[in-house]
Amino acid sequence: MGTASDIKLIDEKGIRIDGRSLSELRPIKIETDVLERADGSAYIEWGGNKIMVAVYGPREAYPKHTQDIDKAVIKARYNMAAFSVDERKRPGPDRRSVEISKVISEALQCAIIVEQFPRAQIDVYIEVLQADAGTRIAGLTAASVAVAAAGIPMRDLVVGCTAGKVDGKIVLDLGKEEDNFGQADLPMGILAKSGKIVLMQMDGDLTAEEFDEATTMIYDATKRINDIQREALAGKYRALAMERGGE
Amino acid sequence: MPRDEAGILSEIKRDYILNKLKEGKRGDGRLTTEFREISIQQNYVPRAAGSAVVKLGKTKVIAGVKIESGEPFPDTPNLGVLTTNVELLPMAFPTFEAGPPNENSIEIARVVDRGIRESKMIDLENLVIEAGKKVWIVFVDINILDYDGNLIDACTLAVLSALKSAIVPGSKEGGKDFMLPIRNLPVSVTMVKIGDNILCDPDLEEEQLSSARITVSTTEDGHLRAMQKGDSGFFTIEDVRKAIKMSSDMGKQIREKYFQ
Repeated sequence: MGTASDIKLIDEKGIRIDGRSLSELRPIKIETDVLERADGSAYIEWGGNKIMVAVYGPREAYPKHTQDIDKAVIKARYNMAAFSVDERKRPGPDRRSVEISKVISEALQCAIIVEQFPRAQIDVYIEVLQADAGTRIAGLTAASVAVAAAGIPMRDLVVGCTAGKVDGKIVLDLGKEEDNFGQADLPMGILAKSGKIVLMQMDGDLTAEEFDEATTMIYDATKRINDIQREALAGKYRALAMERGGE
Repeated sequence: MPRDEAGILSEIKRDYILNKLKEGKRGDGRLTTEFREISIQQNYVPRAAGSAVVKLGKTKVIAGVKIESGEPFPDTPNLGVLTTNVELLPMAFPTFEAGPPNENSIEIARVVDRGIRESKMIDLENLVIEAGKKVWIVFVDINILDYDGNLIDACTLAVLSALKSAIVPGSKEGGKDFMLPIRNLPVSVTMVKIGDNILCDPDLEEEQLSSARITVSTTEDGHLRAMQKGDSGFFTIEDVRKAIKMSSDMGKQIREKYFQ
């Protein structure tokens, strides 16, 4: 986690620096079918995060040695635009984005019915246009919607959410200052219906009790986030029905 | 024991391990909470500032530390720098290839690094030569020599041992050489899920059979410092709680046995 600072991030009434309560999410907005060419796409705004996701596939896995004879392989690519952060980021993959791409691919692999597409790959391109803390879980949340919008069969939607420790208190969905100056960060990806954990990372300093408190908060929030995901997908099909003159 | 290069277990071996697990035992007779034998040889490479060879069962890794002066990061002008790199040497496994780090070696390096960094094991504040301009940079390089499962924990143990014996070459900057300032010992414990079982310190065969992996790093106070879930399977929240308990228990044992 970041270095210690004198900035007070939570006031006496338990109100955070951006005005939220301890268990309050930042505003989240998800749209589907934002891109013409992709088989499925989604756009998410989560606080100040702006992230675009495109899905291509299932298509034949290439290069051939990456093929799995039993199932499709998920190739997620998490990428931050050079202008998405305060100091320009050098374009292209760095070690952080390679690791994030890996854990997001693994999380999606668990949600998608990959057994239906042996020897295929599903590409998931996650482009962070503006970063504001929690990009990996916002990207995962949107990626899951984009895969569903591509019509790829899934067991469940993956919902991403973060909790952490700020000024000694457990809080939901860290904002930028909280991420920089907080004491712990716990991003998780959870299957919405079953509650299975498909992504989990942690850094900082948490006791086992604090971990429980944080995960309880995350599970509670995943329901709210999942509603937004489902509404985005329902909106897509309502619009389709209208176009075709359905009821 | 012959082993397939592609990493596919024979069905006979698979059934044997799964059947043993039904009785609560592991293929090699260990308990689910038991580590393989650990051996640590400190200062293996005297030319390095600190080094160690670690054998974890048949897994063998070597960590070397080099400490050089250099510029601090702009956002942390008053802190020394730690960098961690892992090389999956082609000698270690039939399918490892030479070349730039791939996603596997990057993940291992970053998980090991996170445990060390977040525990504040190294007192980076005391590695400043001239505030904002010149600090000590601690380069940790880990080479995998022989791969038989659980590289993350083998690497962490090697790094802990190498850092504990590392000497900062202060004489090169007009001061005196001094021991690298160490504050605590973050121990990582990696576990895998096979069926509904959580097994710590998986060997290669158990890794190949498992659906998901989890690493939990703890310090002396029992606090969690870093976690990472890996592979395409899942954990339930109960699994994770169990893994945290296991890590904190095993971490304590390892600290007492090998780092007193």
